[in-house]
Amino acid sequence: MKKDTKIKNLIVYIFLIIMSIVSVFPFFWMIVGMTNKSVDIIKGKLTFGNALIENFNNLFSNYEVGRIIINSFKISLTIVIGSLLISSMAAYGFEFYPSKIREKIYAILLATMMIPFAALMVPLFRLMVAFNLLDSHWGVILPMLPSVFLIFFFRQSFKLYPKEIIMAARVDGASELRIFLSIVFPSMKSTYAAAAIYSFMTSWNSYLWPLIVLQSDEQKTMTLLVSTLSSGYNPDFGVIMTTVVLATLPMIIVFFGLQKYFVQGILGSVKQ
Amino acid sequence: MKKISYERYIDLWGWFFSLFSIIGLGLFLFYPIIYSLYLSTFSTKGVVQEFVGIGNYIRLFKDNTFILSLKNILIILIIQVPIMLILALILAVILNDKKIKFRGLFRTAIFLPAVTSLVAYTVLFKMMFSTDGLINQALLSMHLIKEPIPWLMDPFWAKVTLIFALTWRWTGYNMIFYLAGLQNISYEIYEAAEIDGANKVVQFFKITIPMLKPIIVFTSIMSTIGTLQLFDEPINLAAGVVTGSSVGPGDSLLTPSVYIYNICFKYMPNFGYAAAISYIIVIIVAILSFIQFKLAGENE
Repeated sequence: MKKDTKIKNLIVYIFLIIMSIVSVFPFFWMIVGMTNKSVDIIKGKLTFGNALIENFNNLFSNYEVGRIIINSFKISLTIVIGSLLISSMAAYGFEFYPSKIREKIYAILLATMMIPFAALMVPLFRLMVAFNLLDSHWGVILPMLPSVFLIFFFRQSFKLYPKEIIMAARVDGASELRIFLSIVFPSMKSTYAAAAIYSFMTSWNSYLWPLIVLQSDEQKTMTLLVSTLSSGYNPDFGVIMTTVVLATLPMIIVFFGLQKYFVQGILGSVKQ
Repeated sequence: MKKISYERYIDLWGWFFSLFSIIGLGLFLFYPIIYSLYLSTFSTKGVVQEFVGIGNYIRLFKDNTFILSLKNILIILIIQVPIMLILALILAVILNDKKIKFRGLFRTAIFLPAVTSLVAYTVLFKMMFSTDGLINQALLSMHLIKEPIPWLMDPFWAKVTLIFALTWRWTGYNMIFYLAGLQNISYEIYEAAEIDGANKVVQFFKITIPMLKPIIVFTSIMSTIGTLQLFDEPINLAAGVVTGSSVGPGDSLLTPSVYIYNICFKYMPNFGYAAAISYIIVIIVAILSFIQFKLAGENE
């Protein structure tokens, strides 16, 4: 019987190791690829080369990467700050100030989560034309600021917050805005961190909407650059790999920086 | 000066907090939803607009390209989503077991793909799965295949590649939700089951699955919605691989979202027709979500 569990254990570990290798391999490959020439990457070379500087030079001399990275950060950070602020406020309003009308609005909001972006694309495009926001970063940012998912996410977490604390603060004479900013906000760090990761990833990743809105080269973002580079007729794989690494790095840093809170945040929203 | 009641005062604050979002969502969500429903009754060519009633919807049933895009996406949905969710569930159950060593390391490794940008990982997969790419080279050197598989050059294999890519990217993401859910199930239930003689498989079907039901429904609906609006992956896997206007070999990677994009921004724009397609997708999402709720026997 002991032998039996040992074999079972072995199978489980082999399975986990294979899954981990499959998951991590593309990361290894792109980092190795960043240091190799295009021809070596095609040949399937899996060891580090010495073309790192050459790849960087090719990338930075042919494309305005510095500017593109700044564009991506500018758009993403604005969306993160803005959407965290307005979504958490909305969730706070829905949860701590119950009213029949707002409850109905919330129910309708949840239902709209099922509507795919494609259904909004055409009217949003026309709206941006009307606002004269085509080819501007605000055109990308504005529609992404209000997020039904984030409102839902924050509200789930607020449900766990003891209402007595708010009552006590009111008795002590704190204003409503102050209760939110200096009592509730600081105690929900992990929720905000998880929401920040989610928001940063969706905005840094976003492709379809920036593809529609941003037309001139100087407004472009990293995802658009990656896509353009790879669809050319004679792609330089070393340069592509370098760009892919640059496009992935910020997300990895953000994720690992806030990972601890991320899982706590998800836990908070799953527990009901 | 009239003094407002306390209830009124609290209610105003409720509006203050939610108002910014409500205005934003009204403008960028509700208005587009209603406007595109209105627009779907027109046939638009550039600036010329002609009322056609349900004409666009009738035209859809005769549009072979649209039907093909729908078929493509349903094939991917039916095959990829169950594979991914079952895999994620198995991994979560294994990695929730306290006896497993290096749990944190395995979790991080398997979650890592979820941290990549959709476009970036797709581009990586396109390179790996090119005919003379890494995957074929590896398979050839291991003598698993005799000649290279035309991953992105053949309609069947192109879909397989897309399914691989999607599974790689999203399995760990779904696993995290299951792990979070599993932590809410107390360890004692399993211990009690163990004493009663229930083995791991019985425990899985009698305890884990029923307890995780709400999260399983949540992940399957989110995955269904995600798959039905697939855009970044197919368009970047197909880009540059097959010349001409087809999306993947024989339009095998054409999805409704890509088709909508093409109608609006690639061909002579017909916004009304595109809006009609998007409404068909909305209806499909709603039906599928409803079925998933019913199957799970959720009565809330």
